[in-house]
Amino acid sequence: MSAVPDAPDVSDVSSDAAAPQSRLLPGERRPMSLVERVWGLIGFHLTLLRRTWRGLVISRFLTPVLFLAAMGIGVGRLVDSASGGVDGVPYLQYVVPGIVMASVMQWAVSESTWPVMTLIKWNQMYAAMLAAPTRVADVLLAHWSVISFGVAWSAGAFIGIAALFGGVPSWWALLGIPIAVLTALAFVAPLFWFAAKTQNEEGFTTIFRLVITPLMLFSGTFFPIAQLPGWMQPIAWVTPLWHGTELARPAFLGDPLDPGHGAGWAVHVSVLAAYVLIGGWGAHRAFRARLEA
Amino acid sequence: MLTLGLARFVILRNITGFRRSWPVFLSGFFEPVFYLFSIGVGLGALIRTVTTDSGSVVPYAHFVAPAMLATAAMNGAIMDVTFNVFHKLKFAKLYDTMLATPASSRDIAVGEVTWALMRGGIYSAGFLLVALAMGFVHSWWAVLALPAALVIGAAFAGVGMWATTYMTTWQQFEIIFLIVQPLFLFSATFFPLSAYPEALQWVVRATPLYHGVVLERGLMLGEVGWGLLGSLAYLLVLAVVGMWGAGRRIEKLLLT
Repeated sequence: MSAVPDAPDVSDVSSDAAAPQSRLLPGERRPMSLVERVWGLIGFHLTLLRRTWRGLVISRFLTPVLFLAAMGIGVGRLVDSASGGVDGVPYLQYVVPGIVMASVMQWAVSESTWPVMTLIKWNQMYAAMLAAPTRVADVLLAHWSVISFGVAWSAGAFIGIAALFGGVPSWWALLGIPIAVLTALAFVAPLFWFAAKTQNEEGFTTIFRLVITPLMLFSGTFFPIAQLPGWMQPIAWVTPLWHGTELARPAFLGDPLDPGHGAGWAVHVSVLAAYVLIGGWGAHRAFRARLEA
Repeated sequence: MLTLGLARFVILRNITGFRRSWPVFLSGFFEPVFYLFSIGVGLGALIRTVTTDSGSVVPYAHFVAPAMLATAAMNGAIMDVTFNVFHKLKFAKLYDTMLATPASSRDIAVGEVTWALMRGGIYSAGFLLVALAMGFVHSWWAVLALPAALVIGAAFAGVGMWATTYMTTWQQFEIIFLIVQPLFLFSATFFPLSAYPEALQWVVRATPLYHGVVLERGLMLGEVGWGLLGSLAYLLVLAVVGMWGAGRRIEKLLLT
């Protein structure tokens, strides 16, 4: 970097009547662009991750791999010998996209409950961020980018591991990564909204036990929802996890646009996008109300 | 020795504490029921029947139900004596307060473990009623399934509390998940022991939850043999050793 000039070049300043472009020059500063603001805030999360990534790697890999071995291989053998798989697909291949999406949901939820409460209330880091020249929207964008990035690599790595087990028959499974990010955000956005509205963290335990666990168990992760009693199927239709899994499964099996799987990919994408947009709108409102008041 | 004494106040305190957060208390009951209906009934429709390790052929849901009961007993006990006890020990400094009363560290250990067992017992009883109503119970031996669940709970409560006394940060609780989750998935819960290669079968046989599952499965399906006494003995020894270790450590932590 060259030294700061003692006297700014007069001709240069006069050519640009507004504030000088370089931050190294004295005088009024150019406002930061959206990218600069968000990137700065991402830096906070990355600094945090530098201290905590080891525990994250263990919990992000071990749990899905254990489920893969127990359900995919152990239970899969029982399913394959009794029914020849699910709809003609070996059970391991059937269940891999389900476990990926269910894991994505768990990651998304655990990132958007207690950690958000920490930043809002316990260490008040969001307030600290907003003391810098940033807006609520930047804070949310930065945090969601970091979560999306984490989900993307975790899902990618898990798909790779499942492929080693022989559970991934097609390269189309890589589409599972963007689907994972979309599904994760469909949980992240509404949960940020909830976290900003709630005053104490006890609700999170209840959400985990009464919402997230049943979602994992009854949204087509381990068996087609056609196996459920008729009155339960409409419940699955409104849950983001079911749409994510239905979107991912044909892709993993090699035919991403296969119309034979439920409502069709356009419907699934629209429902997930609606969760992200409505949740994002609510989260932004609730964050402004809580942090800017 | 087995009178509760002042430990009953420790139990009463726990009951009072949960009066305000009963949804959290209630949610512990639903988890095994959800698993039973999802894996047992939903996935069971694809598996139909399974051959147990004692050789009888039963519908898959009937096979999974006793395992869920054993798992519920383990989870109920472990969660209470790890997270809750750690919070009280480290952050709320609750036990220091209690020791300023005539209560002793033994009262605290007995009280907390008894409370964990009561909680686990309530969940287990509820689960048994659901299994009974669904027709998953084959034999009158199932009357003993509830006391057996308490033994499983005691084994994990003792060891779990002992482990908690060595914890210093919340992050270390990841270790508990790393132990509990494989136990949950691989203790002949969802598929019989015969699905493993010979060498791995011996590894599974060495783990505690497997013996809990064997005990509950034998009782609920009426496949009762002398082998069950071996599993019972394993769990009882674990319970006694765990309580002994936990009591000693708590005495050390609180009085020095």
